[in-house]
Amino acid sequence: MHSPITLAKTLALGAGLGALMWSAAASAQAPIKVGVLHSLSGTMAISETTLKDTVLMMVDDINKKGGLLGRKVEAVVVDPASNWPLFAEKARELITKEKVSVVFGCWTSVSRKSVLPVFEELNGLLFYPVQYEGEESSKNVFYTGAAPNQQAIPAVEYLMSAEGGAAKRWVLAGTDYVYPRTTNKILEAFLKSKGVPAEDIMINYTPFGHSDWQTIVADIKKFASAGKKTAVVSTINGDANVPFYKELANAGISAKDIPVVAFSVGEEELAGIDTKNLVGHLAAWNYFQSVKNPVNDGFIKQWKTFIKSDKRVTNDPMEATYIGFKMWAQAVMQAGTADVDAVRQAMYGQKVKAPGGFNSVMNTNHHLSKPVYIGEIRPDGQFNVVWKTKGPVKADAWSKFIPESAKLTADWTYPWVCGNCEKPKFGKYE
Amino acid sequence: MSCLRLAILLIVAFWSVPAAAQDVSELIRQLGESDPKPAIEALAKQDDPKAKAALEALAKGLLFRRLEDGAVVIGDPDGKMFAITNAETGDVEDMLEPDKIEVIALDAAAKGLLEQAGIGGAKAAVPLDFAGAVKGLNADSFDTKRTAIDQLTALGDGRAIPVLQALADGRLFSRKSDGLIVIGDPDGNRLRLTDASTLKVVGIGDAGDLDPVFINNNLRNVVSEAVGKLGLLSPDAGQRRRAADALIGNATPDAVGLLRKAFAEERNGDVRSAMALAIASAEVAAEDKGARLAAVDVLAGSTDLRVRSLLQARLAAETDPNVRAAVQIAFDSVQRKLQVIGWAANLFQGISLGSVLLLAAIGLAITFGVMGVINMAHGEMIMLGAYTTYVTQEVFRAFIPQAYFDLYLLCAVPAGFAVAALAGIALERGVIRFLYGRALETLLATWGISLILQQLVRTVFGAPNKEVSNPSWMTGGFDLVGGFTVTWNRLVIILFCFLVLGAIALILRRTSFGLHMRAVTQNRDMAAAMGIPTARIDAMTFGLGSGVAGMAGVALSQIGNVSPNLGQIYIVDSFLVVVFGGVGSLAGTLVGAMSLGIVNKLLEPVAGAVLGKVAILVAIILFIQRRPRGLFALKGRAADA
Amino acid sequence: MRERYPTYPLLSAVGWLGFAGVGVLLLLVPIANLFVPPGSALHMPDYLVPLIGKYCTYAMLALALDLIWGYAGILSLGHGAFFALGGYCMGMYLMRQIGARGVYGNAELPDFMVFLNWKELPWYWQGFDMFWFAAIMVVLVPGILAFVLGWLTFRSRVTGVYLSIITQAMTFALLLAFFRNDMGFGGNNGLTDFKEILGFNVQAPETRIGLYLASVIGLAATFLLCRWIVTSKLGRVCLAIRDAESRVRFLGYSATGAKLFVFTLSAVLAGIAGALYVPQVGIINPSEFSPANSIEVAIWVAVGGRGTLVGAVLGAFVVNWGKTWLTGAAPDAWLFVLGGLFVAVTLIFPKGIVGLAQQIRLRREAPRAVAKPAEGD
Repeated sequence: MHSPITLAKTLALGAGLGALMWSAAASAQAPIKVGVLHSLSGTMAISETTLKDTVLMMVDDINKKGGLLGRKVEAVVVDPASNWPLFAEKARELITKEKVSVVFGCWTSVSRKSVLPVFEELNGLLFYPVQYEGEESSKNVFYTGAAPNQQAIPAVEYLMSAEGGAAKRWVLAGTDYVYPRTTNKILEAFLKSKGVPAEDIMINYTPFGHSDWQTIVADIKKFASAGKKTAVVSTINGDANVPFYKELANAGISAKDIPVVAFSVGEEELAGIDTKNLVGHLAAWNYFQSVKNPVNDGFIKQWKTFIKSDKRVTNDPMEATYIGFKMWAQAVMQAGTADVDAVRQAMYGQKVKAPGGFNSVMNTNHHLSKPVYIGEIRPDGQFNVVWKTKGPVKADAWSKFIPESAKLTADWTYPWVCGNCEKPKFGKYE
Repeated sequence: MSCLRLAILLIVAFWSVPAAAQDVSELIRQLGESDPKPAIEALAKQDDPKAKAALEALAKGLLFRRLEDGAVVIGDPDGKMFAITNAETGDVEDMLEPDKIEVIALDAAAKGLLEQAGIGGAKAAVPLDFAGAVKGLNADSFDTKRTAIDQLTALGDGRAIPVLQALADGRLFSRKSDGLIVIGDPDGNRLRLTDASTLKVVGIGDAGDLDPVFINNNLRNVVSEAVGKLGLLSPDAGQRRRAADALIGNATPDAVGLLRKAFAEERNGDVRSAMALAIASAEVAAEDKGARLAAVDVLAGSTDLRVRSLLQARLAAETDPNVRAAVQIAFDSVQRKLQVIGWAANLFQGISLGSVLLLAAIGLAITFGVMGVINMAHGEMIMLGAYTTYVTQEVFRAFIPQAYFDLYLLCAVPAGFAVAALAGIALERGVIRFLYGRALETLLATWGISLILQQLVRTVFGAPNKEVSNPSWMTGGFDLVGGFTVTWNRLVIILFCFLVLGAIALILRRTSFGLHMRAVTQNRDMAAAMGIPTARIDAMTFGLGSGVAGMAGVALSQIGNVSPNLGQIYIVDSFLVVVFGGVGSLAGTLVGAMSLGIVNKLLEPVAGAVLGKVAILVAIILFIQRRPRGLFALKGRAADA
Repeated sequence: MRERYPTYPLLSAVGWLGFAGVGVLLLLVPIANLFVPPGSALHMPDYLVPLIGKYCTYAMLALALDLIWGYAGILSLGHGAFFALGGYCMGMYLMRQIGARGVYGNAELPDFMVFLNWKELPWYWQGFDMFWFAAIMVVLVPGILAFVLGWLTFRSRVTGVYLSIITQAMTFALLLAFFRNDMGFGGNNGLTDFKEILGFNVQAPETRIGLYLASVIGLAATFLLCRWIVTSKLGRVCLAIRDAESRVRFLGYSATGAKLFVFTLSAVLAGIAGALYVPQVGIINPSEFSPANSIEVAIWVAVGGRGTLVGAVLGAFVVNWGKTWLTGAAPDAWLFVLGGLFVAVTLIFPKGIVGLAQQIRLRREAPRAVAKPAEGD
């Protein structure tokens, strides 16, 4: 007679063995799993839901073309619900429980900061598709959105030029969190280096979701009445933009008097605003839907077909997701496996023909080279490109305008192999 | 031989465009071979943009062979790198270092060939006639557009004004079918097209058949200056006034001359004073001391922000002591007036914020204040109202003629009320009626409802914001005095909010429904004993509160986001207002909302938006210690319930 | 006189048995994680350990709220604030432990301060490099805030919804204040990128198990402490205050004193829960102060069964487990399910899960005890 303990042991062992064998047999055909970590509820759902759909579109597309390495690609969608600790929990679940090969996700900086330790601990792979403040380069993250030198500085240079209206006085208005703080710090240093005196720079921070802009818009008007051409650089976060622009339009601030250039307002945000009175205000991005090239035409058509609506627009973070996904798929093909370490090595120098024009290249600092566009808002909610760089600009992970960060280098290839070093990790190989 | 080849080429070119394109690519590739001359010759005869671009680049020494694959590319220097365009396909491809490409060298004969073809020499002459200049407005580069605008202005042709005005307003188009530049004016849902070079109507078109002619902000300024100068002599008084106003502080000498001429002929008092101010703003820096003093005198009466900065600048620059003293006095007087106006503006903004808070809170004052239901789904009722507005707008856009579009908001108000009220009644009948007397459990249930409603709206309408436009009568604003702009949407909302409050007060005080409602809330059993259908009154009261929240949503859609999170923005503030004012008191809600709004706006310039709000929250916490039942506490037994 | 106030045992025999059973089950989690080979049906996957640890701290928070809401009738809609404050104290300690390993390599200042051009550590950050100091602050900061707020409000007899809204205003004010980068708490990004705690690497599995055990022990201790309080005379007074505060006052008890004591204690417990929570999730950020979070805590308690300590723990586990499961299994529809659950609980099981269990037991026992057929509802 068996004692109950041995029986349980045998059963457990049997079950374990069975599971092992089954999984070994299945792995040849098992799909490659792709995690999607975008908020589908809560405050960030407004922006992030679209990115989830973009990843699903790309997965759908790759499966139609026969999958990857002969295997199907399967998206695992979770909802971190705009809750930052939940992001970390879900990231851990995706990597450990779902065993995904890569995760596409996050929008806010804090959500990225929250999952970062998890990805580093478990050696996962995250593609982050949103413009952000830089000052970071993790071995486990590829940043496909813009760094400040790919967005903010070209935009300000444009407004300073005769073509952009030769602005002399500057309002830097932002939401009080790290992206606007960093961007404004970099811009302040930049403006001062161009000889703009301190009294001609006004910096203003507002809380998240600020909805009453009367005072600030009146202040901007007052600041602009000093006789010098004034421009507003807005790093106001998504949700607060609608009331801000509505107040701006109704207060009669037109683009030709006080142009407002924004870094967080794209086609998707404008779809929620009546743009008739905002014509001429600007935005700086690496992509606009109105950019004309065959890749972009295909991208827009693919999106409209997938989402089954002719009214939906494309925007920069979607393009960044598109680039990220294509690059990852190319790297997997090159490496012959979806293994994180192999894919990471294959990512460097990976090129993708981007909807924004040019070949986007993944650099060894885990950031992209992308062109910069400045667009003016059109009455139909699209942007009209008024200025662009001649070619792709390489992203700086560490800004040259912040003294502490100017001395740091991010390079994940020999001899550096680190994200924030003052000197290479390895000496010369003799 | 080459003649024959060319002939074949030409035939092919006319025969089928793609085939010709292939041959152009082929010819361009031949430019990279050891002797480019035949290819240059052949390409010069092609009317093809790629051929032209390649030859131009060749003439400038910017045509390269890419070492990697031998492709012929155009390199545009950008810093130390070159932006690479594939000359054969015309696609922009890459950034490359100089050592990755090799320039295609030319001998004298090849240069001669290029010059013969008119490439690398003088540019084609720019057309100077009116029609040509109009055509130039649709050029590819902003520089060329600028030239065209300057030409139009220089031609001094009166026909230019409507064209430039249309350009500034984004009404200038190029017709896709034939490239004709037309002005489009809305005519129903279509556009009436006018040929811009002849100003003759050429028919009706759809927006889809037209490409807008774009300009940038800089050109917009150039255009408005051009239009503005001509505007001084316009027969319309309003336009003359605006033109004069635009010249305050930045009139060029020839504009001052024009102003004087116009001023002398002007009869309209308003326009005259605007012109006088504009002239004075220029004269304040005149050589003559008397003229300066006279100008300062005129400026002292103004409340324009630009005048203040003008005087301030003058104060620093003035050397004559007499004039300096006069400037100082004038500056102080303007400054004083502006300060008073600033306070008034703050007050208005405070009332406006207060009215928003009040609108959001009135519904809660009924459901929570009167009925005692902690309705966490109150914010979602506001959201339903906002989405109803969106739907109403879309219905109007789809089915109702354009001319009546502005009326959509008036229809949205009852619609928003009805939708939210029905949702409220359903909520009361389905859930809340089982929970009377268990106030805290309604919190749990309504929180659940609010989650469900948010997700429902997200599922039906999608997560992104929805666009709700202001009707034209709520768009823009008017300058009251000295930079104090009153916007129409804020003004309308303030009025609407008091209208709603008044209506509720009437219903409560003057109707039998109101009487029943008050009776039921004061003593349910007694009311039932008197034959009042308490269950029905409960449902109707809750419906009323929810419906009012729905109307608040209609109003809030005019100033903010329409998104599934809309309700969450207002829920905390709404509860604060009701509690601060005193639960169960409409007057308390009114005073509470207004004082919170005004104090907030007075603090904001001093402490900043965030600290100001924190200070108010702390103040409320401390205030409740003094008056534990809010500003307008109910007295008697009801207070203990 | 003594026998007129029946003394209650801390737990009944069955209660102790259940307590021990749950304790053993929770202690088995790390064993199943470390010693059972992966692939076995009994293996506890890595990601579940910190998850259950997190639930334990949530359960502590729920206990803290139940103590004042279920037993003293004080509904705090700002208890998340005390939890977050405790968390911030711990976070500050962990930040200081990073030392020169931050990205800018500054030994003294956390990265975000270097970044904001701060030259020296602000005074309120002093001392947080020592664990004992941080541990004291975890208790003191929420405790003092609760004491001051409680003293002001209970003394002026602010009750009911007014009190709830005041606590909500408090957490909202703190939320806004902590969002400000100028406050020196890292703004919206909060405190993150922790390296070690008491010299142990926070990401090491052993540390994780250690933190997990600390949370389980913390939960058990909190449970016993709360149990001890509610069975004591103070607990009876609190119950009386909940049901008829005026009468308690007329009988000569200091209602204010009793309320102040449990409120402060509850805040301290919430703070400790927060301190245990932060190293396990790896981030503390102002959104923990958001009013919605605090409301959710009340919902855990209500779902489990308000006024029963077991209910609070159960509610925290069930709702959070449901959230974890549904956000993965039904990312587009989980709010419907969760919202529906809240509505259903209030309508069908007004006393929560524990109440439901009692109902079932009563119904099962009723026929036997009364020997009468059960009546239909």
